[in-house]
Amino acid sequence: MKTKLALLAIFVTVFPLSTTLADVRSDAKQQVEFGIKVAQKGLWNEAIYRWKRAAEFDPDYASAHNNLAVAYEHQGEFEKARKAYERATELDPKNLIIQENFDLFSEIDDRRNYESDR
Amino acid sequence: MIAEIMKATASTIFVALATASCTSFYEVPIETPIQSKLDVSSFSRVLVAGFVAGGLEDIDANRETVRLLRSQLRNNSDLEVLEADILALDEIVVSQANANKNETEFQPEQLPEEINSERDLELFERIFSNTDYWRRLGEEHQNPLIVTGTVLFTPHSRSGFVTREQETYDSFGRRQVVPVRTYTERRGFILRPKFIFIDGRTGATLYSESFREEILYNISRNTSPLSSYFELADRLLPNFLSTLSSQKINGTRTLLR
Repeated sequence: MKTKLALLAIFVTVFPLSTTLADVRSDAKQQVEFGIKVAQKGLWNEAIYRWKRAAEFDPDYASAHNNLAVAYEHQGEFEKARKAYERATELDPKNLIIQENFDLFSEIDDRRNYESDR
Repeated sequence: MIAEIMKATASTIFVALATASCTSFYEVPIETPIQSKLDVSSFSRVLVAGFVAGGLEDIDANRETVRLLRSQLRNNSDLEVLEADILALDEIVVSQANANKNETEFQPEQLPEEINSERDLELFERIFSNTDYWRRLGEEHQNPLIVTGTVLFTPHSRSGFVTREQETYDSFGRRQVVPVRTYTERRGFILRPKFIFIDGRTGATLYSESFREEILYNISRNTSPLSSYFELADRLLPNFLSTLSSQKINGTRTLLR
């Protein structure tokens, strides 16, 4: 009887928690998808707002950080872009798309830094 | 047979639809803005004055560089490009040295008759620190941003082993491409410009930048020095222009769902 009660208690505690996590991920995903739609229309400020919210909802969502990095790059905010790419790579180190984006960005950023150092 | 074709078509359509519905990445074009290296907002005019030039005598590197930069600035910058006589700075250095012969240790005899190396050029570079000269020139042209510097365009040759791909066909007529190392002699040119940006109001140097570009051709290829000069200068122009105006680098990135 005690065991059953304990299991019930665990279920009651964990189930709403997992539901909440799923909701959070779903909200974050919605923000990311909306951000993609507006970015494709050239509305990068709105896209940044959406992807920032996604990253707030789910700080471990690598795609949100990758997309934010792309948007910052487009806006010429190099420091923010680098940080966002680094975070995305940290969260999903095997993702070749994030890596490729980061490499392309680094090529431009390194050249920019090299030129300003000369 | 028809059933098989229908089955294959259906499976292809299914795979295509499944791929489309699972697409989780989107390529987007982006334009990365790069700020100009020099803030030229306080200038409305630019004077490409002239260069101390040396190297190959076949081309007048001073005249060609001034003409090229003026035309590029006309098309790619908001500054009004002044049309003025091109200065022969090497001659001005000699006349300044003659005029100050008794006042300074530097004697005109120290200047080489021909400029063939960077060391020769260095002796002429004293003109760029003569703020009075540039300020006076600035006054004559209503205080523009002045672009000047040095240009060295020299012939160059290099020989050594070069790897190239060679096409071969085996006894069955199959094509193969194999890397072959051959000893090759190549000739070409080196372009070494140094761009100096001077404030026409004060005569002070605001910024300077040096470049080096080289090109080599197979010895059998006969390319004129002038076309090589423009080929090399073309590679440097984006860097030169990015000093004065912001640029955008076009590319594509991938967004993820």
